Amino acid sequence: MNRLLKSREVLLALAILALLAVIATRFPAFIAPGNLTNVFNDTAPLIILALGQMIVILTKCIDLSVAATLALCGMVAAMLDGAGVPLALILPAALVLGAALGAVNGLLVWKVDIPPIVVTLGTMTIYRGIIFLISDGRWINAHQMTAGFKDLPRTEVLGLHVMSWIALAVIGGAYVLLNRTALGRSFFAVGGNPHAAVYTGIDVGRMQAVAFVLSGALAGLTGYLWVARYAVAYVDVAGGFELDVVAACVIGGVAIAGGAGSVAGAVLGALFLGVIKNALPVVGISPFWQLAISGSAIIIAVAFNARQGRARGRIILKSAEHRA
Amino acid sequence: MSILRKALTTAALATALIATGAHAETKRIALVVKALGIGFFEAANKGAEEAAKELGDVEIIYTGPTDTTAEGQIEVINSLIAQGVDAIAVSANDPDALVPALKKAMDRGITVISWDSGVAKDGRMMHLNPSSSALIGNTIIKLAADHMDAPGDVAILSATSTSTNQNTWIEEAKKVLPNYPNVNLVATVYGDDLADKSYREAQGLIQTYPNLKAIIAPTTVGILAASQAVTDAGKIGAINVTGLGLPSEMAGAVESGATISFAIWNPIDLGYAATMLAYNIANGAKAEPGAEIPMGRMGSAKLDDNNEAAMSDPFTYDKSNIEQFKSIF
Repeated sequence: MNRLLKSREVLLALAILALLAVIATRFPAFIAPGNLTNVFNDTAPLIILALGQMIVILTKCIDLSVAATLALCGMVAAMLDGAGVPLALILPAALVLGAALGAVNGLLVWKVDIPPIVVTLGTMTIYRGIIFLISDGRWINAHQMTAGFKDLPRTEVLGLHVMSWIALAVIGGAYVLLNRTALGRSFFAVGGNPHAAVYTGIDVGRMQAVAFVLSGALAGLTGYLWVARYAVAYVDVAGGFELDVVAACVIGGVAIAGGAGSVAGAVLGALFLGVIKNALPVVGISPFWQLAISGSAIIIAVAFNARQGRARGRIILKSAEHRA
Repeated sequence: MSILRKALTTAALATALIATGAHAETKRIALVVKALGIGFFEAANKGAEEAAKELGDVEIIYTGPTDTTAEGQIEVINSLIAQGVDAIAVSANDPDALVPALKKAMDRGITVISWDSGVAKDGRMMHLNPSSSALIGNTIIKLAADHMDAPGDVAILSATSTSTNQNTWIEEAKKVLPNYPNVNLVATVYGDDLADKSYREAQGLIQTYPNLKAIIAPTTVGILAASQAVTDAGKIGAINVTGLGLPSEMAGAVESGATISFAIWNPIDLGYAATMLAYNIANGAKAEPGAEIPMGRMGSAKLDDNNEAAMSDPFTYDKSNIEQFKSIF
């Protein structure tokens, strides 16, 4: 019982339940099952991106270009749709384009040895610039998209939207990948102790590049979902969303120094932010407070991480110290 | 040493004079927008190009930051000062932050006007409002009231809580509320001009106010996101989304019925008028209270005590004319 309470995932789940309880006192309809599935659906893009980001962070890197990758893939998906390409081809195209954009990040980190934060800060702006170039600054709006393109994420299957099902599939895939495959364990190894990883024959740079490709592919997939859901594509789609994604990981207990984190943690971190985002509009809190509340949640989570992760030093030669 | 310096100074001065002489041929007018890639400003640029063609001796430099920040605009303005443009017409992301940079521009003899979203009085020679704020405030409430036959709740979905023009319009809208007894304004929420946040805020409004009859969004991102939220919630016909939007972006919402009507001034006219004003002031027209400065086919701008002028009334778009306008802007 005590050990269970110390588990970060359980604590976070309890925090989310407590949050829901507080919200319910102000706005009871929020915790109706129908609304909770809506909240999950609304958080699906954040969950998918947070899982990709987690893999990158595990390898001691960070991907600030996720939101830009999402926006670029979404714009390309909308343009392909406008050109009459069938949806069955658009989805793989968005995934592949996302993976390719991720590969650009990965190769720059792996082969050119530029720090990941610098690489992705650069590509973040470049990708947004590319959207501007290919779209000529124009928006693609609801009436310019085909019905099938817009309907896929909001089609209901067994009570959940397809977008939620995709998020669940990604959660399952990430769990298997990270816990049951050699590749997944290598991500932990690379971030946990790069030198030891090299000795066991793992190529650190290559693993980091693979992590970026995965994160990019997931961002590409989310790009389509996002654009189809909000039925609009333009340069600034998901502006600043990369910070939410990193925040979800941090709240979920993914160590920013790499090597530690869990799928459940990242998902709960994303849900925590999702609940806050969806609840603030209905509980009638001033917009000025909304930012402060989201920010405080992040800082509290990080402070908590730091406390938990702190390795207590041990004085092993007390007597020797005294003699000296 | 001193001779060399003198020679260099003379040379520099001569170059400067030659350069100025060359520029006197064509006026270079910079249209600085809130951010590149926004349909509204792309349309304004079309109008500016139209004015340039009409005037003949004008070159338009269409520029702005890639995101809507004052910092980005200051960089753009500084680079325009370095290029030595003749006039800057700016739609500001922040009324005060741009003032020092724009003052510097005016000190170098550059004509500075603001349009759409204004700059504080010290930072510009005049400001061109697309319409008068009072008229816009009245229009957005009227748009909601026109399609309500019984009293009901109405909410406003704005952009950021610090957006100059949004806040002025909302203030004016609140003033005219007594004239529209059916409209019960229950909330003002902020979507920060982000599609996802605006969508979520609209969802929140739909949930919080069961008697909600209309959402007024005086911003293009907000009105689109709210229409989508209303469509997804299956509330078409029950909740009317209205406000300010662009015909090309709103065509789908009007077609589906989520939006019955919305309004906007013509951004093409706005870019056109701003260019005409910048040109005329750069060519010697005095921008002072009471002055009337011609703006081509848009008539003339009459400046008030704050050196501000209004262009024209906002224009209502609905099913009857959306097809015609959606290909224009």
